[in-house]
Amino acid sequence: MRLAYRFAMENDLIRADAIESAEFPELAAQYRVYAVPQTVINATAAVEGALPEAFFLDRILETLKPAATAETA
Amino acid sequence: MGLIPEEDAVEIRERLQGMINPVRLVHFTQELNLEYGREAEQLVRELAALSEKLSLEIYNLQIDKGKAAEYGVDKAPATVIRDDKDYGLRFYGLPAGYEFGTLLDAILSVSKGDSGLQAGSKEKLATVNQPVHLEVFVTPT
Repeated sequence: MRLAYRFAMENDLIRADAIESAEFPELAAQYRVYAVPQTVINATAAVEGALPEAFFLDRILETLKPAATAETA
Repeated sequence: MGLIPEEDAVEIRERLQGMINPVRLVHFTQELNLEYGREAEQLVRELAALSEKLSLEIYNLQIDKGKAAEYGVDKAPATVIRDDKDYGLRFYGLPAGYEFGTLLDAILSVSKGDSGLQAGSKEKLATVNQPVHLEVFVTPT
């Protein structure tokens, strides 16, 4: 969760919600969250588990449309 | 009896000494609240009292609909962590246990105006040019 917040701080287009799943079971069920942490991206893609910073960021960016990021490689 | 035990309060107060700029917590509660609603409000009230650089505003999701719309908050309890700027950070539910540390971490990052990320990550994030909504499901323990 800490990383998602930090990502949101870096770009105004990114926002990050922590959702306590026991408190919002309908939402967790809607996204088929069976284990935490699970990060849902734009309500469509998901990344499971707590990953290291660079890996987590790459997984998120991979789910975005190709035109979303300028290729820096 | 508070939710934050005195020995924890001492430690939290110490961590919050690391704050540089003021941070605002904007909390949304609601009547006939959910499981942790009342505790969430009490917890943010106790937390905000631990640093003079922390301020707290409390709204009711059902009554203060304009504020809820302004923050895009559609469920409660919800806590917005911001300074003069809204970075899009929200915590939905009771920030207890491990996730209380997450909330402190967010407060400190906002206060310092630094995400603390690696330079490479910052560069990649700067290239994102479409809205990204991250919803991270966590548990209270």
